Amino acid sequence: MIVITIAVALIVAGTFFFVTATLGLLRFPDFYTRMHAAGKGDTLGALLSLAGLALYNLNNGFSVEAILISMKILIIALFIFIANPTATHAITKAGLVCSVKPWEKKESSK
Amino acid sequence: MKYVIVFLVLYLHWILWSGKFDVFHLSLGVISCALVTFMSHNLYIQSEKLSPRIIKESFRFIKYVPWLLYQIILSNIHVASLVLSPGMPIDPKIIRYKTKLKSELSLVTFANSITLTPGTITADIVDGEYYVHALSKKVADDLMAGEMEDKVAQIFEED
Repeated sequence: MIVITIAVALIVAGTFFFVTATLGLLRFPDFYTRMHAAGKGDTLGALLSLAGLALYNLNNGFSVEAILISMKILIIALFIFIANPTATHAITKAGLVCSVKPWEKKESSK
Repeated sequence: MKYVIVFLVLYLHWILWSGKFDVFHLSLGVISCALVTFMSHNLYIQSEKLSPRIIKESFRFIKYVPWLLYQIILSNIHVASLVLSPGMPIDPKIIRYKTKLKSELSLVTFANSITLTPGTITADIVDGEYYVHALSKKVADDLMAGEMEDKVAQIFEED
């Protein structure tokens, strides 16, 4: 019971970060700031969701199969951890190379 | 020695992903892993021999990961609050950050750590200078404080 509660809490928290990432993608003004939302909110969101799933999977007892599956899920999380910043960096650099102008806060609005 | 390590790592992965423990699958794994080890052991471990330094670095890197996770959670909450606040008080800037790190591995580790923490993206590294796109003043100041750089320097003993 406790395990399920923790797992659900993790998944809900992960979903929350996914929602903020999507909101940021819609609200932010330009290419670079949108990359922040799209590339990053996902890192923690996916990590929390996957951790929740791994925990939920162990709920029915610690059989060999269940542990193997949970470890696979954690390896997926590890992969996201390495691949996500790399892809984000690549896209941002592509923007820089194509000289996309970054949006800046207007001085008059301060 | 190199062959043995690569083989063990591959075989561990084979067992993990197949999840089957009968003779057929295990022996198939031995054959496949031996073949892959024979063909591509040079790709996995670049240095000529394993020095104790690499093992020490690996251990320090593992110690660094929880701190990084904590930072990611903190700054992710910061970015989430930026997104959700109605006025959207963002102040994006491209900042330059001069680094003291030297080796390629530490540069890459630091660059990926910067990108992994929300609010900052490494766009380029030119001659030891990072071009970082920062989302707000707070995350830029956090980076400029240099705590993360010190930690990375500590892992690779570049203080």
